[in-house]
Amino acid sequence: MALLEIRNVVKRFGDFTAVNDVSLSVEAGEFFTLLGPSGCGKTTLLRMLAGFEQPDSGAILLDGLDMSRVPPEKRPVHTVFQSYALFPHMTVRENIAFPLKMAGWDRKKIDSQVDELLEDVRLTQFGQRYPHEMSGGQRQRVAIARALVDRPRLLLLDEPLSALDAKLREQMQIELINLQKEVGITFVYVTHDQGEALALSHRIAVMSHGQVEQLDIPERIYSHPKNRFVADFIGQCNVLEGTVKAVEGATMVVSIKGCGDVKCSTVPGVVSGQAGWLALRPEKIKLDKELPDLPDEAYFKGRVHDCLYMGDVTIYIVEVGEGVLVEAMLPNNIPGVAKFFDDHDLVEIAWRFDAGSFLTE
Amino acid sequence: MTLQQRIGKWVLSWPPLVYMVLFFLVPTLIMVVAAFRYPGDYGGLAPMYSVEDGKVVWDLTLENFQRLTEDALYFDLFIKSAGYALATTLACILMAYPLAWLIARSPKRYRDLMLLLVILPFWSNFLIRIYAWMIILGPQSAFTRAVNWLVTGLGFEPIQLLFTPFAVIVGMVYVHLPFMVLPLYANLEKHDMALLDAAQDLGANAWQRFWRVTWPLSLPGVFAGSALVFIPALGMFAIPDILGGTDSIMIGNLIKQQILDTRDWPFGSVLSIMLTGGVLLIAALGAAVARGGRKRG
Repeated sequence: MALLEIRNVVKRFGDFTAVNDVSLSVEAGEFFTLLGPSGCGKTTLLRMLAGFEQPDSGAILLDGLDMSRVPPEKRPVHTVFQSYALFPHMTVRENIAFPLKMAGWDRKKIDSQVDELLEDVRLTQFGQRYPHEMSGGQRQRVAIARALVDRPRLLLLDEPLSALDAKLREQMQIELINLQKEVGITFVYVTHDQGEALALSHRIAVMSHGQVEQLDIPERIYSHPKNRFVADFIGQCNVLEGTVKAVEGATMVVSIKGCGDVKCSTVPGVVSGQAGWLALRPEKIKLDKELPDLPDEAYFKGRVHDCLYMGDVTIYIVEVGEGVLVEAMLPNNIPGVAKFFDDHDLVEIAWRFDAGSFLTE
Repeated sequence: MTLQQRIGKWVLSWPPLVYMVLFFLVPTLIMVVAAFRYPGDYGGLAPMYSVEDGKVVWDLTLENFQRLTEDALYFDLFIKSAGYALATTLACILMAYPLAWLIARSPKRYRDLMLLLVILPFWSNFLIRIYAWMIILGPQSAFTRAVNWLVTGLGFEPIQLLFTPFAVIVGMVYVHLPFMVLPLYANLEKHDMALLDAAQDLGANAWQRFWRVTWPLSLPGVFAGSALVFIPALGMFAIPDILGGTDSIMIGNLIKQQILDTRDWPFGSVLSIMLTGGVLLIAALGAAVARGGRKRG
């Protein structure tokens, strides 16, 4: 049995449907992420898990028990809030001890448990400090320690890293992964940052307009987006309009509009004549002055339209056919060379038939 | 700070400074000196010195202070007044807290209107409002009759409301309530609601959320409001005069009596000094407690 089961949950605010018939389950020990743009319903779903909102229909089961009548303070679920919500009038120790005091633990047990958590988040020296005397990253760790101290069944994290700067965020990501492994508590993580989701999660549910668009492991979400929304939302992606010309077993031929025919992996259920889009990641595209035209690769001649120098990589926007722009990404891995091509250079691009995926919606 | 800024600061601050010195500091010093003088034969003050054989003889005395210690009545009255002021302050906290909380949690567009309603009573005269209470608490009023209908219904003797300590406290709470609501509102309005969510999420029930989060964070507002209520309440004389009976006079009434009726200015001054000293002492204690609270906050 899954630790957490969300069954056909619907939540409306007036005319607005924030969460629209979401069903998913989270296994014990999992690092599960709800990913989506703002307004997609991920935070509402999280607040329903915490108990601050009630579903209009559907059920939330934790350990097989229906949570709908259980108030937030009675759920074995804690939240790390976006603003941390540390109690400003309590020291770090008192903050972390708060859930234990509420649960009526005795003083000695509280002290040793708080010591343990302070050690887990490497804040042993800071127990007597007040939150306002600490940095953003330290406060973040206090918030996590406070939410983990009484070993909840489920830890909810609401965009916990969004207030930190990029460098610190990366460091905190690593700490989060390690902490989750160490304590073994199930994390449900909400973010709009696709990079964060890919880096942290065991599984990701991509949400938009109150619905789950795709639920899968990060690798599959990235390499096999289910629809245009997911392809667009996760990372950079070329989305080329086209029609299926012929299905030939494991591969099929797609005619790209304004460009030409390419081979790609067959998508179950797709028939000849069907319109759709070919989603293609920029780093999966080969780009050079000259490339061989291989049988299991798509191959086009083109002209560099724009170059975007990003430091570690450069993105070349190549015009192939009439007005069809394809982004290709090359690592800047040769010392002293910042760009391999310039605007208007004639180039050739190619990609393997299984580099992209054909989307019908 | 540049020279101009320094000059500007002085130019701007001398009018209030002169005002305070002339109308606060000087009268206070006059009062302190008066406390050491003899009363005049027909009230007021006796001459401070006389000239005998070409020598100046000072006519100053500590008798007025001795009088204070000779009769426990004065000290008891001070304690009783402090009791009235304390009861008023506590009642104000109890009544103002839910109101301030309600206003602070109301939609923004209603808040100004609600605050306006809180200060609306100030638009009419203080004494008129107290006389209104005299009517409300009077024996023939609908309110008193309703209370006594209830009291007799429960099998007790009918009670008198007016001219009792109860009436004094009702009047004082009524007058001072806005001074508690406003600082409390200013404090509660700034509270981060996420803290209450967090407390609930971490297992605190409604009672614990209030006592562990909202209350300690609102203490600066409670202290500010208490100072604004307690200090004027302690020296109040008009309300006990109008609403109180003979047994519910306060230190303010005694001072007024000494200065205006008995015309014993020196002893009135001594009582005033005691009141001012007492207020300063209590304010200092309150500030020390508040500072302790802020250090934690």
